[in-house]
Amino acid sequence: MLTKRIIPCLDIKDGRTVKGINFKDLRDAGNPVDLAKAYSQEGADELIFLDITASHENRRQLLAKLVREIARGINIPFTVGGGIQSVKDVDILLHAGADKITINSAAVRNPKLIEDLAKNFGSQCVVVAIDAKQIEQDWTVFLSGGRVATDWTLLDWAKEAENCGAGEIMFTSMNHDGTKNGFADQITAAIAKAVSIPIIASGGAGKLEHFKTVLTTGKADAALAASIFHFGEIPIPKLKQYLQEQQIPIRPVY
Amino acid sequence: MNITIIDYNAGNTQSVVFALERLGIKPTLSRDKTTIEQADKIIFPGVGEASSTMQFLKELGLDQIIPNLKQPVLGICLGMQLLCKQSEEGNIDCLGIIPQLVKQFPNNGQDKVPHMGWNTLTTKSDHPLFRGINPKDYVYYVHSYYAELGEATIAQTDYILPFSAALQYNNFYATQFHPEKSGDVGSKILKNFIELC
Repeated sequence: MLTKRIIPCLDIKDGRTVKGINFKDLRDAGNPVDLAKAYSQEGADELIFLDITASHENRRQLLAKLVREIARGINIPFTVGGGIQSVKDVDILLHAGADKITINSAAVRNPKLIEDLAKNFGSQCVVVAIDAKQIEQDWTVFLSGGRVATDWTLLDWAKEAENCGAGEIMFTSMNHDGTKNGFADQITAAIAKAVSIPIIASGGAGKLEHFKTVLTTGKADAALAASIFHFGEIPIPKLKQYLQEQQIPIRPVY
Repeated sequence: MNITIIDYNAGNTQSVVFALERLGIKPTLSRDKTTIEQADKIIFPGVGEASSTMQFLKELGLDQIIPNLKQPVLGICLGMQLLCKQSEEGNIDCLGIIPQLVKQFPNNGQDKVPHMGWNTLTTKSDHPLFRGINPKDYVYYVHSYYAELGEATIAQTDYILPFSAALQYNNFYATQFHPEKSGDVGSKILKNFIELC
C-alpha cells in the first residue's frame, strides 16, 4: 500500500541551515548535509530544502554545489526550492542530483514556467508551493514569503497549477504556520478534493495528533514540518510509530 | 568490475552515480558505443517522458546498441519502460527487448496519478536481485505509466491495479521503482545486481 510521507523541511542560507537546530548526536548542526543524513537515517520519507539566501550573487552556483553534496550523502528523494526563476535554474539543480524542485512566487507571476518545467523535466519533479491566508471566509494566495497578496483564491490557483502541469502541491496555511496548533485540515481536504495530484500539507504541526488528522481528515498525502523535528520535540521514529498504531499507512523505521 | 551508466541526459543519472559510489563502486558514465559494449554491467536509468527520450536514444544510435547487449543490464523507471515493447506514453514503439506493454494508470476517481511515494513489492522468491529483501520492505516509486504483469515479471506491486515492479528477460533486469532513492533497501538491490546478477 502506498504510504503517507513525513517530510522535514530545512531552510538554507548561504549554504548552511538556519534557525537554531538541536539535533541529537550532531555536533555541527549548521551543516545541511549532516542533517540530511541524520533525517534519512531516522526514517524521513523525503526532505525539502528551501534556499532563503537574500543576495542573488553566486546563489545558483552555491546551491548547486550543496545539492551535489546532499545527493552524494543521502539515499532518499529530496526537493529543492528558493529563488527558482527559469528552466535553466531547474536543469542545474536536477543534474546536480535533486529529485524535484519547488516554485512559488515565480509560478504565480508566470504560470507558463510550470508548463515549461513539466514539458522539459516531467510533472513528477515540479512541486508548486502555495502560501495562503484566510481572511474572513476567503483563502487568498500570497507571494514573496507572505508579504504580497495576489488576486488568486487558493482553490482556483491550485487547479490552475495542476492544469499547467504541476506534479504536486505543497500548501502552507499562513494562519496556522508557526502556531503549533495543528494543520489547516479543512481547507487542505478541500484542495485535495479540487485537484487530483498529491498534496503536501505544511504549517501548524505541534503534536503527534496533528499529523494524524491532516493525513486523514485533511486528506493530505504528505505532512511537512520544520522546527518540531529540528528541536527534537517530535522525533521521526516516534511519530511514525504513533501513525502506524493509528492504522495510517506509513513506511516503518528500522 | 566496470559498471557503465548510460548517459543520455536522463535527469537522475547523477543520483545513480552517487548510489554506486556509496557502495564503493566508481561507475563510468558514457554514451559511447564501444565503452558501453565493453562494460561488465550496464545501468540504464531514466526519468522523463518516453517518446522524446526514445527519440534522443535514436539520435545517439543507442537504440541499435542496447538490444544487442549480452552482459547484465539494469533498467530503472523510464529505463525499464523503454526496454519493453510499446508504451502508451506518446504511443511509441520502445526498444522491444522485454515482450510486455507499458500502459497509463486508469483514473479510478480515488487514487492519485502519478503513483508517488513509498510502496512495497511482492518479489518472486529466491530471485537474486531480491536476495535479503523482505515482503515488508518499502521502495520509492514515481510514475504515471506501468508495465503490465507478464512472464518477465519478477516483482509486483498493487496501486490502482497490480503491475510489474520489476522485470527480468534474459540478461535484462529492470525496476519500476528507484533503487538509488529507496534507502538501504534500494542499496541492497543495487548491490545484488552488481554481485549476483
